[in-house]
Amino acid sequence: MPMLEVNNIHTYYGNIHALKGITLTVEEGEIVTLIGANGAGKTTTLRTISALLRPRQGNVLFEGEDISKIPAHQMIYQGVAMVPEGRGIFARLSVSENLDMGAYSRKDTQNLGKDLDRVFTLFPRLKERRSQVAGTLSGGEQQMLAIGRAMMSHPRLLLLDEPSMGLAPVLVEAIFDTVAAINKEGTTVLLVEQNATMALSVANRGYVLQTGEIVLSDSAQNLSKNEMVQKAYLGME
Amino acid sequence: MQRRLQNINYLDFVLWFIRVSIIVFVAWGTIATLLDNPYSADVWVNFTVLGLAQGSMYALIAIGYTLVYGVLFMINFAHGEFFMSGIMTATVFIAGPLSASGYLNNHPVISLLLILVVSMITSVGVAILTERVAYRPLRKAPRLVPLITALGASTFLQYTFRGLFGSEVKPFPQVEALSGKISFLGTEILQTQMVVIIATVIMLVGLYLFVMRTKTGKAIRAVAEDKDVAALMGIDVDRTIAITFALGASMAGAAGVLYALVFRQVHFYMGFLPGLKAFTAAVLGGIGSIPGAAVGGLFLGIFESVGPPLFLDGLNVPAYHQLKDVITFTLLVLVLIFRPQGIVGERLAEKKA
Repeated sequence: MPMLEVNNIHTYYGNIHALKGITLTVEEGEIVTLIGANGAGKTTTLRTISALLRPRQGNVLFEGEDISKIPAHQMIYQGVAMVPEGRGIFARLSVSENLDMGAYSRKDTQNLGKDLDRVFTLFPRLKERRSQVAGTLSGGEQQMLAIGRAMMSHPRLLLLDEPSMGLAPVLVEAIFDTVAAINKEGTTVLLVEQNATMALSVANRGYVLQTGEIVLSDSAQNLSKNEMVQKAYLGME
Repeated sequence: MQRRLQNINYLDFVLWFIRVSIIVFVAWGTIATLLDNPYSADVWVNFTVLGLAQGSMYALIAIGYTLVYGVLFMINFAHGEFFMSGIMTATVFIAGPLSASGYLNNHPVISLLLILVVSMITSVGVAILTERVAYRPLRKAPRLVPLITALGASTFLQYTFRGLFGSEVKPFPQVEALSGKISFLGTEILQTQMVVIIATVIMLVGLYLFVMRTKTGKAIRAVAEDKDVAALMGIDVDRTIAITFALGASMAGAAGVLYALVFRQVHFYMGFLPGLKAFTAAVLGGIGSIPGAAVGGLFLGIFESVGPPLFLDGLNVPAYHQLKDVITFTLLVLVLIFRPQGIVGERLAEKKA
């Protein structure tokens, strides 16, 4: 049984038909990436999975359970955490308060110290800036904070929306290294990216989205060799 | 320089004219009053303490406006009624009977705590009900809609309490233990005023620590920043908004008891003017900011009490003590024109404006 199973979801913004029957699966332990151009429906797919949006049709199964009807704030208790597009850090809260919010769903508060240490090992910069107001962090640090915050909930599935957005190439690589490290430690990752090169370099499998539909799905290796993908998303002629 | 001069248009000119005339008017009045010297230093201290006591109540009520604005960007005009509902209920069901039986003056501390608890619980209950019934269904509506609903809820609550408890002014019993005076800075001030100020400081500090330190307080701040992301953290946004209303209402319920101690009467319409004043205080301090509400409330209280004699006495304005409401709301208009972000407020971001 796949960990995450998205079955033929149709999501609308008012009358706009944004997702036209997306079907995808994520197996436990994988990194799966969704690539596609701006407006293809990548973010909408993630927001539908995380219950911020409701599909008008279709359903989402997590570990065999239908999660498409539960409220968004229950998702994290199921083991699904999301790093939203644009990072979504709480700018007026301090770095450690942001991390506290990441652990909001945790019942075993006595273990939080260990998780905090783990986040600070992944991102030493956050430790230096723990008492700083998060809005004053640089873009890269904010992305680290957003990922660290999501990790504080001990998710089994991490949804990542465009972690490379607006970051310098060096930072992008550092962020993707971290994603790979987090995955190695046992967190399954569903990654949405415009930076297809980077995404395919860490992912096991990938789906290509075009105007609300999946047009291609294959292993990451095969996708990077695919002619259409190379032309449209990897900038090769 | 050349360009800046060209950019000064007609409106700027009018605004500058208003600014300058206000400053001239206030300075002229103040100097005239000081030269005239109608009051001794004692009286000025008394005005200030009176203002601090009144301002304390404004501060406590203003917290409710600012908290709700912080999470919903909505002015909850029914907040004055949360203030009224608590102390009305506590007066009718607790203070009245306790006073009649003599228990109030035999055990003033227990009685006052009981009155306080009942008033706060009632205010919180009314606030949660109002939020659930009148505001939550409109969460996704355009922002003008909940504003109009709030005005409706305000009137509804006023006349509900009028229906429940009658339209006459009800006396709040005098607490003998607090009826004396104590000396302060070489003058004598009323004990009730002292109680009001001290109780307010305790509650404001408590509230501030709650919002800054506790998990729920942090969740309130997270919801104020981004509801979707807060939900992703596992925060129940609707519940947190209800808690925010409850927190504000508990402060209003406490303010009601302080109001009753000072003015010794309650009635169904008593929430209207203090509500508007507290809203002014919240705007004055910078709406959305908790320290702003506290500073704005105290400032407004002192301004209202010291302002009329200081600015108007020397100008021989008759019956200037009755002009304090005029002064308050003039101040509101001026703040909205010249410093909409308030005393300690940050400039409103595009998103919130």
